[in-house]
Amino acid sequence: MARHAQLLEQYIPHLRRYARALMNDVEHADDLVQETLTRALGKLRLWRINSDMRAWLFTIMHNQFVDEFRRVQKRPDRKSLEDDGVQEPVSTANPEQNLRIRDIEAALRQLPVEQRAVLLLVSLEGLSYMETAKILDIRIGTVMSRLHRARAQLCHLMDGAPTGKVRSIRSVK
Amino acid sequence: MSEPINPVSDYELHAYVDGELDAQRRSEVEAWLAINPEARSRIADYHLIEDELHAHFDPVLYEASYIETRPHKNVTASLARAAVMAGAMLVSGFTGWSLHHLTDDVVASPALQDLVRPAAFAHLVYAADQRYPVEIPAFQQASLNNWVKQRMHTDINAPDLSTEGLTLIGGRLLPSTNRMAVQFMYEDNNHERITVYVRKVDDKNIATEFRYVAEDQLQVFYWINAKMGYAVIGDQPASRLIAVANAVQASFRI
Repeated sequence: MARHAQLLEQYIPHLRRYARALMNDVEHADDLVQETLTRALGKLRLWRINSDMRAWLFTIMHNQFVDEFRRVQKRPDRKSLEDDGVQEPVSTANPEQNLRIRDIEAALRQLPVEQRAVLLLVSLEGLSYMETAKILDIRIGTVMSRLHRARAQLCHLMDGAPTGKVRSIRSVK
Repeated sequence: MSEPINPVSDYELHAYVDGELDAQRRSEVEAWLAINPEARSRIADYHLIEDELHAHFDPVLYEASYIETRPHKNVTASLARAAVMAGAMLVSGFTGWSLHHLTDDVVASPALQDLVRPAAFAHLVYAADQRYPVEIPAFQQASLNNWVKQRMHTDINAPDLSTEGLTLIGGRLLPSTNRMAVQFMYEDNNHERITVYVRKVDDKNIATEFRYVAEDQLQVFYWINAKMGYAVIGDQPASRLIAVANAVQASFRI
């Protein structure tokens, strides 16, 4: 059990990265990770040894995210998770780099959350279609169609120049 | 690539980018790409998206994480516990999670809630403290014992654990769930600490044999006898801790 808990800890950075990209808000994202870990630790004994712990954790996180998302949607008094302002990018020396960064974030936010999740699991977390399908509890065909739509939309939003220079998102709308 | 090439679907382009194709189909798609610049440029776009995602979000992997130390907004009972514990463990990293796990496991038993969790928590708080680990130092042991006796209305003297190579640093009284508790702290030659935690347990029906809960580095050995609960806590190897716990148990039996 202790070893399992240690095993779990090594995935925290990945959970955080995915959550950050999914929610685009540091605080919400870390809350999501924290809740995911709390849930995971609470049912660590349900985790089957030799099964993929990373996929298991992402599954818990996804369910948590969906719960939270639905809950927030039902509460008109609270800002939707989707409505939060774009996080100011961490300052870097290169202004063009900043532009790029803001734009991939902004572009991600244009995607429906279902597509965003698929894209991030595959392209950022490097999970297979099969793993992604299991985590999101959808068919592989759905993974592929969402991935296709997500990438098509992003290509539309970003002009894909090798420098990473992108058009203003607003002008595309 | 002399064999005929099946048409390459949109989805297959993605599957190609994502390494989902088998070797055979992969080389077929590559051959097809060689004569399809439009598809090549789409693939370049897909790669670019991936690069952008990594460029932007990979730094999160290396960020210092404050997840375990931040109180949670949606405070449920378990999260409140985690937050309270985590708050005191700014330095001890993920021990908080391990401890939280431990408390989830033992939460069913009120005796364990009253004994194991506060004992482990008190250990995390004070054993890590270099400046003020104890309230009354060992050289005032008589005062310490007297104080404990007066306040807790029982004779609980700090056990002599010198046979285990442990030196008493001192002790303190602590609020525990609805009771007072005493914590004695010991240190070995390597300055590694072990605490002994004693308090009354209200349910007179409860008596336990020697038990322990081990999570990651932190271990709690505990038993309840004659309405008194005892716990020995440390991050030493279990074999070491159990010897200490035996010595503690023996000293309180006398």
